[in-house]
Amino acid sequence: MSALLDHLPEFWQGLIVTLQLTAASFAGAAVMGLVIAAMRVSPVPVLRGIGTAYVETLQNLPLLVLLVLAVFGLPEIGLQAGLQVTATVVIALYEGAYIAEALRSGVNAVSSGQGEAARALGLNFTQSLRHVVLPQALRTVIQPIGNIFIALTMNTSLAAAVGVVELTAAANRVNLLEAQPIPIFVGAGVAYAVIAACAGFVTGRLERRLAVVR
Amino acid sequence: MSNVLFDEPGPRARRRIRIATIAGAVVVLGLVALAVRQFADNGQLTADRWQPYATWPMWRYLLGGLWSTLLAAVVSAALSMAAGLALALGRLSRRSWVRMPSAAYVETVRTIPVLVLVYVVLFALPRYGLDLPLFWKLVVPLTVSNASLFAEVFRAGILSIERGQSEAGLAVGLTHGQTMRLIVLPQAARRVLPSIVSQSVGLLKDTSLGFVVSYAELLYSGKVLANYNGLLIQTYIVVALVYLVVNASLSKLARTLEARQPRRRTARV
Repeated sequence: MSALLDHLPEFWQGLIVTLQLTAASFAGAAVMGLVIAAMRVSPVPVLRGIGTAYVETLQNLPLLVLLVLAVFGLPEIGLQAGLQVTATVVIALYEGAYIAEALRSGVNAVSSGQGEAARALGLNFTQSLRHVVLPQALRTVIQPIGNIFIALTMNTSLAAAVGVVELTAAANRVNLLEAQPIPIFVGAGVAYAVIAACAGFVTGRLERRLAVVR
Repeated sequence: MSNVLFDEPGPRARRRIRIATIAGAVVVLGLVALAVRQFADNGQLTADRWQPYATWPMWRYLLGGLWSTLLAAVVSAALSMAAGLALALGRLSRRSWVRMPSAAYVETVRTIPVLVLVYVVLFALPRYGLDLPLFWKLVVPLTVSNASLFAEVFRAGILSIERGQSEAGLAVGLTHGQTMRLIVLPQAARRVLPSIVSQSVGLLKDTSLGFVVSYAELLYSGKVLANYNGLLIQTYIVVALVYLVVNASLSKLARTLEARQPRRRTARV
């Protein structure tokens, strides 16, 4: 236990980096997912094709391969950024594909009669999207997006494998110094579990608050 | 073509679609051109940097890595499916001393990153005298974490079988165990097949953690190769392409299986 308490600053620093990675890459993934989902439901075949290709590629590559490619490969073609920035961007691009799929299935879950009714009432494209389709679509995707957020938090730990000192890497370093694996790794595991529990709590609240009683 | 967002396009919409098509194509071509220029400016496009990947010894080495990847994935998938099935049945058990631990396992392990489990097996277990062979150092953490994911897939599958099926089983005098084994599980197995295949894609992606364990699967083989011949970006791109081909085929299989599922006659209650 003392190993955990003696090295609290390291753990705290690691936790901060994990939270930064999580928050920044989730924001990026949300934007990316929105753009890709919009492309995939658009009436333009070329954009739909690009969106499909993006999702297929990113969902079928291991995140670690993308991280390794970006961290060790990209400097070879003259693209180099800070380690944490690179990791954030890669995780955002990767999880963006999953968010895009969640959003797309949400839009597809709205029955087409809803859109037809909106158009029959004379709403234009933006209005029917804003007032009719999106409010229904977003309600159905809260739970899936919450799950993606939790998966994203778990995935930020992979940044440790390419050298970002976040929570997992911090725990590993402390363990190499102190050689007391049980309290140290349990401590790291509990920290991840707490983040996941918070995310679960928030999505549960959101879902209940926004639920439509029919 | 018409869906929830738009009807059959009229003349104005068709013009906008044409404009968007051209804009999309220009952006993509621009990005490709930019990438090619970056590669060319840094001398990464020269033939001798890509030539090695047209030779057999190179591919024999990488395919050896792929074989190890598949081996780890298959063993870990088999073990975690068995454990997952046990956990799913445990979570649905009527006895609370079986139900609670299964639920606790699934809910806890779901929120621990695989990499933490890998580090535990790599650095914590040897301290307690348990130094596993390299292969198991990768397979054990993957199994521990994927068991909880497979458990949820199986549980959803079992719960998706209409109540009438097990009620009928009990009504003709089968025990609970027999009903589960003879009536519910065979139907659930068919229903979860697509999810199992797509979950296996996730597991196959996780085997890339061999990079951390230094078990010679595809990504670690790529690393060794890149350190040896200095062709970093080329090697990692080739490795990524191999992963892409394998996983995309599996995902395609999952979609095909999904499409072949018989339509549900009754909605889920």
